[in-house]
Amino acid sequence: MVAFLIESVVKVVVVFGVLMLMVAYTTWLERRVLGRVQVRRGPNRVGPFGLLQPIADGIKGFFKEDIVPANADKLTYILAPALSIIPAILIVSVIPFGESVTLFGREIFLRVADINVAVLFIFGLASLGEFGVVLGGWGSNNRYGLLGSLRAAAQMVSYELALGFTLISVIMVSGSLSLVQIVEGQSHVWNVFKPILWLPFALYLVCGLAEINRTPFDMPEAESELACGFNIEYSSMKFAMFFMAEYAHMISLAALITCLFLGGWNLPFGWEAPFVPKVTWFLLKVFVLVFFFIWERGTFPRFRYDQVMNLGWKVLIPLSIANVVAVGLYYTVFA
Amino acid sequence: MAVITPLLKGLAFTLSRFFSKPVTIQYPEEKREPAERWRGLHRLKSENGRLKCVACGLCEAVCPASVITVEAKETPDGRRFPERFVVEVTRCIFCGYCEEACPKDAIELTRNYEFCGYTREEFHMTRDVLAKN
Repeated sequence: MVAFLIESVVKVVVVFGVLMLMVAYTTWLERRVLGRVQVRRGPNRVGPFGLLQPIADGIKGFFKEDIVPANADKLTYILAPALSIIPAILIVSVIPFGESVTLFGREIFLRVADINVAVLFIFGLASLGEFGVVLGGWGSNNRYGLLGSLRAAAQMVSYELALGFTLISVIMVSGSLSLVQIVEGQSHVWNVFKPILWLPFALYLVCGLAEINRTPFDMPEAESELACGFNIEYSSMKFAMFFMAEYAHMISLAALITCLFLGGWNLPFGWEAPFVPKVTWFLLKVFVLVFFFIWERGTFPRFRYDQVMNLGWKVLIPLSIANVVAVGLYYTVFA
Repeated sequence: MAVITPLLKGLAFTLSRFFSKPVTIQYPEEKREPAERWRGLHRLKSENGRLKCVACGLCEAVCPASVITVEAKETPDGRRFPERFVVEVTRCIFCGYCEEACPKDAIELTRNYEFCGYTREEFHMTRDVLAKN
């Protein structure tokens, strides 16, 4: 019992620390990559290659003045950043990032928790994260903030439907809601290599980007129309928490896509690489996806609000429903 | 397909940009050479260790921004020299009329564009500062 407790605590601390480090360095990566895409250099003054920039930003965030607007709804205003970042971090707790290792004669599974409804759990938490954004915009009692959060709510609700329908086809193929079993089912063929899951993969990528409010779907934040968006009244560490939540969501989306489609910690075609811990492959895939998210941000212009809604309701939701029917038919007829 | 190809094209383009060399000039370490005829901070020219300026006041008169102040004085051997020569650089428009008006070719605008300070007084460039520039 004690050993189990110690194991769990150590795992939680390590995963949390690594996640926070990844969040910090994703901001660095984003600024560097966007810089290079725009033929600039990006931050390179603080430390070698600007590597200490996230730490400097963090220290700066702590020391900035923390402003609470006079007319803000204090409780929701203060609660919102926490409500935004906690689900984003919790998602990572059910993501398996490797098989087991043996330490001190104990078999330790490389995941914080293996629950049999992990996919549903993640889905619930992801929609909980919306409340942070919505309440933040509403609680700060600012019209721009409110507009931004309304957009965020509308967008996330409509894309969540498509996301959920897309997920159903993956679950049908894997026959399980547990992420561990979904990953283990891909030890020979990754889901993304199965022709029947090509469309869900593309849909999931697009809907996922919309779900985490990333360009080209970054509706809640718009400098030109909303003078910033839902976080307009936030400063100091509260703003930083929204920011961290955004990046944590990005990393957890990358990890989730890795688990659902890219075979988790497995190499493709059942290959085995001796001496290399399997966590490496998992982290590598997450890195590639995060890089893709940044690269794609440097490439695509953002949608207009009505275009986002049109795409969501008229294209993605019908497509994903049709996809569910198609996968279902495939399995009833051929399997 | 007609929808996706342009997206991939865009991604390919930005990726090629990603691997290209940045055009940034790293300012304090690397400096861009200013243009040949760049008009920067003024210089009072000297000849044989003496200022060429005879404090005639033509530059003061021609200056459209009225930033030049000249006070003349004479040496015992009857040579005029500027006792005080101040250019208030903060208000200067760097038109170069002082250089054009000068009959003795005693003032010129250099290519120095890097002068800064914390107070307004630091920008009241005096004779000796301008001579050394």
